[in-house]
Amino acid sequence: MDTCIKKIRALAADLLDKGEVERVIGFAKGTIPMATSPIAIGSKQEIEKLVFNSTCGLNLANFVTKQKGKTAIIAKGCDSRNIVTHIVENQIKRDEIYIIGVPCTGMVDKFKIASLFKDEITQFEEAGDTLTVSSLSQTQTLNKQDYLRENCSLCTHRNPVLYDVLAADLVEEQVLENPFPDVDRIEALDPDARWEHFENLTKNCIRCYACRNACPICYCPTCFVDEAGPQWVGKGQNKTDVDTFHFLRAFHCAGRCTDCGACVEACPMGINVRDFTRKLNKDTLEMFGWEAGLDLTKRPPLDAYSPQDPNDFIK
Amino acid sequence: MENPYMPYPVRIDDIQIATEDKSLKTFKFVFLNEGDEEKFAYHAGQFAELSIPGVGEIPIGIASSPVEKGFVKFTVFRAGVVTSHLHNMKVGDIMGIRGPLGNWYPWDKLENKNVVIIGGGFAFTTLRSSIVYMLDPANRSKFKNIDVVYGSRSPGMLLYREELFEWEKRDDINMHITVDGTDDPDWKYHTGFVPQVVEQNAPKADEDTYAIICGPPIMIKFTQPSLTQLGYKPHQIIMSLENRMKCGIGMCGRCNIGKELVCKDGPVFTLEQINQTPKEY
Amino acid sequence: MKFITIDKKDWTKGIDKSRKTYQLFGPVKDENGCKIKELDKDLAPEMDYHESVMSAKSVLFPQTETLLTANLDESVEDHHIMKQAKNEYTPRAVLGIRPYDAKAILLVKLNFDTDEYRDPYWCDAYEATTLVGLGITHPGPFDFSTSVGSGPFGEEGLDILMADLDDHYLAKVLTPKGEAYAAVCGFDAAADDKESQALFDILQLEAEKNITSHVETDKLKDKALLDLHEAPFWDDIAFACINCGTCTYVCPTCWCFDIQDEAKQKQSSRFRNWDTCMSPLFTRHATGHNPRGAKVQRVRQRFMHKLKYFLDKYDQGIMCVGCGRCVKSCPVNIDIRQVAHTMNTFEKKD
Repeated sequence: MDTCIKKIRALAADLLDKGEVERVIGFAKGTIPMATSPIAIGSKQEIEKLVFNSTCGLNLANFVTKQKGKTAIIAKGCDSRNIVTHIVENQIKRDEIYIIGVPCTGMVDKFKIASLFKDEITQFEEAGDTLTVSSLSQTQTLNKQDYLRENCSLCTHRNPVLYDVLAADLVEEQVLENPFPDVDRIEALDPDARWEHFENLTKNCIRCYACRNACPICYCPTCFVDEAGPQWVGKGQNKTDVDTFHFLRAFHCAGRCTDCGACVEACPMGINVRDFTRKLNKDTLEMFGWEAGLDLTKRPPLDAYSPQDPNDFIK
Repeated sequence: MENPYMPYPVRIDDIQIATEDKSLKTFKFVFLNEGDEEKFAYHAGQFAELSIPGVGEIPIGIASSPVEKGFVKFTVFRAGVVTSHLHNMKVGDIMGIRGPLGNWYPWDKLENKNVVIIGGGFAFTTLRSSIVYMLDPANRSKFKNIDVVYGSRSPGMLLYREELFEWEKRDDINMHITVDGTDDPDWKYHTGFVPQVVEQNAPKADEDTYAIICGPPIMIKFTQPSLTQLGYKPHQIIMSLENRMKCGIGMCGRCNIGKELVCKDGPVFTLEQINQTPKEY
Repeated sequence: MKFITIDKKDWTKGIDKSRKTYQLFGPVKDENGCKIKELDKDLAPEMDYHESVMSAKSVLFPQTETLLTANLDESVEDHHIMKQAKNEYTPRAVLGIRPYDAKAILLVKLNFDTDEYRDPYWCDAYEATTLVGLGITHPGPFDFSTSVGSGPFGEEGLDILMADLDDHYLAKVLTPKGEAYAAVCGFDAAADDKESQALFDILQLEAEKNITSHVETDKLKDKALLDLHEAPFWDDIAFACINCGTCTYVCPTCWCFDIQDEAKQKQSSRFRNWDTCMSPLFTRHATGHNPRGAKVQRVRQRFMHKLKYFLDKYDQGIMCVGCGRCVKSCPVNIDIRQVAHTMNTFEKKD
């Protein structure tokens, strides 16, 4: 996957050269190991800044709305699904975006890799599925497949679902007998243990809102936690307020979340933010047969009504 | 040092509706504890945080004048959560005032000078404080000519109407009251926007004349060229800025314009100082 | 007594003695990283940590802190009259704080303790706190503290500075507060002054040699404020920013806060929360007017404040101690070192 960067750069350079797009949004090399930074390239001269590898864990669909003129984006499978959602929800028009699709073999779990070392990682290199990671005291060679982010290991949409051009050959999609083993694990807990699981999840939250701001479907001009007249949620460290933020945000994402993992990637405290949304993804699949971002013609289940909608809860 | 977050407890002594659309009210407060009024000694141009327990605080310019004893007055526009709550309060209710905060109009620099006061809309509060201060018999002789240009959308939107008309009758102050427009055939004063009235009526600048200007950003934007045309240099134009504030004591970091904190280094700045700051206000 | 040797076998016993009179804080690791936490009686500080994700600023400046309370019940005599909240400022000690975090406290003090006003909450907490520092022998790759006036063995702001020498600590007592704390713990094995200082000097030299990250900020003071503000590079820097609060909350020198009131039934409280200049609402007026409504204005504000406004206002260097937390934690990898370089080398084109 890291080998398709030449193709990405060539495609991007061509688009900019012909003036077909105002900018290409992709990733730039980070200033520290295992990091990349979203970037907007405006001219062919800057093309070498673009990179693409297994540390490109953010969702670029977060950066494409409200741009003037046409924008090209380098989109993985999940990114492309979020672009579909953007189009369905009128955040961007199809002809305003040019999608360079990149079939993806997964992003690495940076926390998991870092925990293998007792000091800071100083170098990270990848060649195919082989990761060579070094700190000052040791070097380790790892198999990328053992260090995928959880959402990537459970991904069934690695190929872009909507694109104008592909930067690499399509990859084989995973077929999972059980796509929600993480949800099952939590559902198997008794209520007290389940409550404790979620209390533990939020105990380190510092209300930075990196999860919300990195999420492409969180685009409300004024988020419910920021409303002042009236104020719905406290902004401090009161446990109920912190929990309310996470649970309510998850519900706002229900039926729209593509499990891209940008929220977990962004969180500075290493909180597995996806634990809030995964059950809702499972429910939407089971109750409505719905996965977000696969159909340009349909609205997500929570804003569409069908007489076939389950209604056994109406007593 | 005392806790600067602690307000002085006050009681609402009087509430007057200040404008015909009821969007502004003038509140008169009396300090509950003897001695607090002295501690609150202020200068014209300063502001205070009006504090309502359980609701919040708002930074409001002090409309009463240091020469008026026994109470303090504020004119408040209903804009958000706290101001709406305040507008619904009654005489006798208890709340708090924190201050006085900020710097003030440079009264020592203005001695023996001509002063031109320009105000628009409901930004006239600290200007009222200034005019009452200057007209007080103990102070009047310290200043030379006083000109005032004050305008609002319509006669019913002028603040302190009765006082304005009283001042107009005096011969130790030149009032140029104006409204954007009116149907009232008995309207005796100017009709027209503040910048035009300034151009036509304000005295030309000389090294002994200073202008104090207070108003909404758009009024200031169009009045500045008029003053410049009359010859006022940036150090002779004194402005009072607003910004979103919380602590009012220069600690929460919210109200900065460049390295100036509007609550502590301001709110009064000369145009010369403002020209050296980023335009983020 | 200037230098003390503390056998690591005696360390826990000693600090446990201090729990009678001191509330202890120190580094505690959990599955998500290391934090500076309050040490309940069974919790020992994990002194072999590298960096803490969050700084020690929450010891003096909790993320949520009650300032004033009031009783809204009108049948009570002093209803609606605000009273100072009864916060605890019993003596406390922060064990294992890094030198850059201690220097940061001194910079933050410039904000909360001024000639005109004294913030009683922060200042009382500061006066009650003893800072027992731990030098960094192997600074991490994000540590650029030597470029900004601090360093892995910097003493500024500390009451005691300790060096980890495998089986024991060598502690340098710097202030009367430090002396008092060492006495309460019973740490009284004096070490030779000259030898110990020589050892500290060597450790400092070695540690500073291990710093791999350097930033130049020498030209910032002479650059014109408005030139930097109007520079064309801010749009590029700001593109990736997602305006979360990560950088401001992990930063030991960021102090901005919000003040809010809440009322529950008849009790009201006024408290403060950390706030971030990166939030779109930070400067929004009640009328809707927002001087920093655009993202690029907020990104510019943060770096201008840290690298220019603070520098010009206090003349004590930039508002950064080189801990590198923002560099490590920023979700989009905006690097203050790069921004500082861009600003430091900026020449205005006529």
